[in-house]
Amino acid sequence: MSLPDLGPLWLTLQLAAVTTLLLLVLGTPLAWWLAQTRARIKPVIEALTALPLVLPPTVLGFYLLILFSPNSSLGAFWVQATGETLTFSFTGLVIASMLYSLPFTVQPLQAAFESIGRAPLEAAAMLRAAPLDRFLTVAAPMAKRGFLTAMVLSFTHTLGEFGVVLMVGGNIPGKTKVISIAIYEHVETINYADAHVLSAILLLFSFATLLLVYSLNRRFPSGGRT
Amino acid sequence: MLSLDFTLSYPGFSLSIQQALPTSGVTGLFGRSGSGKSTLLRVIAGLEPGAKGRVTWKETAWQNGTHFTPPHKRGLGYVFQDTRLFPHLTVAQNLAYADKRAQGLPGPGMSEIIAALDLAPLLTRYPSGLSGGEQSRAAIGRAMLTRPEMLLMDEPLAALDETRKTEILPYLERLRDQIGTPILYVSHNMAEVARLATHLLLINAGRITHHGPIEAMLSDPNLAPALGLREAGAVIEATLTRQEDDGLSQLTTSAGPLLLPRIEAPLGSRLRIRILAQDVILSRSAPQGLSALNILPATVTDLRSGAGPGALVQLRIGQDHVLARITRRSATALALSPGSECFAILKSVSVAQSNIGAISALEP
Repeated sequence: MSLPDLGPLWLTLQLAAVTTLLLLVLGTPLAWWLAQTRARIKPVIEALTALPLVLPPTVLGFYLLILFSPNSSLGAFWVQATGETLTFSFTGLVIASMLYSLPFTVQPLQAAFESIGRAPLEAAAMLRAAPLDRFLTVAAPMAKRGFLTAMVLSFTHTLGEFGVVLMVGGNIPGKTKVISIAIYEHVETINYADAHVLSAILLLFSFATLLLVYSLNRRFPSGGRT
Repeated sequence: MLSLDFTLSYPGFSLSIQQALPTSGVTGLFGRSGSGKSTLLRVIAGLEPGAKGRVTWKETAWQNGTHFTPPHKRGLGYVFQDTRLFPHLTVAQNLAYADKRAQGLPGPGMSEIIAALDLAPLLTRYPSGLSGGEQSRAAIGRAMLTRPEMLLMDEPLAALDETRKTEILPYLERLRDQIGTPILYVSHNMAEVARLATHLLLINAGRITHHGPIEAMLSDPNLAPALGLREAGAVIEATLTRQEDDGLSQLTTSAGPLLLPRIEAPLGSRLRIRILAQDVILSRSAPQGLSALNILPATVTDLRSGAGPGALVQLRIGQDHVLARITRRSATALALSPGSECFAILKSVSVAQSNIGAISALEP
């Protein structure tokens, strides 16, 4: 039995890694703000953040397709700035995946920050630690489990993305043809052997990642002793 | 001087404080639960941004109108009731957290604090593996290592049983006497306050009702009801002068010698003795054939009859004042009034060890 083209697998891993990293950078401040704020706008932001959980991916993909199209102001700006379109590009896929996986980063982090509460941060303030110092030396280490959960969920959720990619990215080998699209294509063309191989890889990989997280979570109980 | 002039309101509670606090010695803040003691401490620390008014430390305004100095820039140490040691750091790392952020500031060093609070055996352990008393000591050490201008302590011993408290109180006395950092000490336990405080503030329903030097406050019969009648009792200073071979220690007070059960301290130690008002018996004539060992000549300086059967008598013995709690009937029978001469009788064994505190000389 010959292996199918593994290009879509590498592309998917790349997409998931870039998306997870960027989400960590952007999602952490958002989760921190949501955990701390008493602003009235908080429920609105929370609802917006959670939307990708309930919205059919095709709906999200449809709106993004319209937003990314060179006829929209964002799409036109992007074409002018980079010479490429956002639709049917890897960059477009990254942006779409970030929106799609946002709740999987923000919600575990927000819950972890909220469970720390104000007490340890007040204690750090009384030890002369400034706000950023308090975050880096107290909140972040104490939320270690939340970070681990957020990273793994965002990564694995991006791996399995289908509907949004189909709408925004299409099926360009090496650029936007991710593993779920490749599997769909193999099935459509009645190439079950290749569909089997790719599906099994995705299944095993996802299971192994989740297993790793749950085993690590047993080793660092909450409170985060090393 | 720490000047406070602020109000803070929550639904069902308001705290309104206009008060100057001394910036030396230990100031006890005493009041029942819910009186606003902890909230007052939090306002001073800058942890209650909802407080309106002014907080001024010496010449610096920490809070005034829209100006607000954030807590990490106030240079205060805070010992929280629940210790709040960082669970992800060992005791040594918790101490280093404070030490690292207070580099270059005058104050006790790491080794000095570890020795004073006996922390060496705990350094490699995590807070979750410490007993309540060990956690308290580590938290006190960590707060001291911020080299604070003033240390705020919110019931640091409340979670401990009597034995543990007795273990930690000498450490706090050492901090007070040897390091000399001013301390604002919140407690609802009069025995603790009487041992540690040099000044006392009484707080009730969000207002400061009385304040003054501890000796004067504790020997004022008019304040005793606010402090709790069972707990009423004055503190006097004494010097340990002799260890008797029958298990007693002789102390010298301004009123003469006092015999108490053995006190383990070097001769010449200065001590602070709390004499509970209910342990003092009065006699108009010098009693003969009495089992009590301590009979001190006294002059009645004040007398207060309450609504119940009791009366509180303030006495001068030597230079000190003590309180006696007797019945109104006895007060009438003995015809006591200010100026009356009498004898104050104190059973040696009635003074509990926990009511004897040490005052160590300030080391240069």
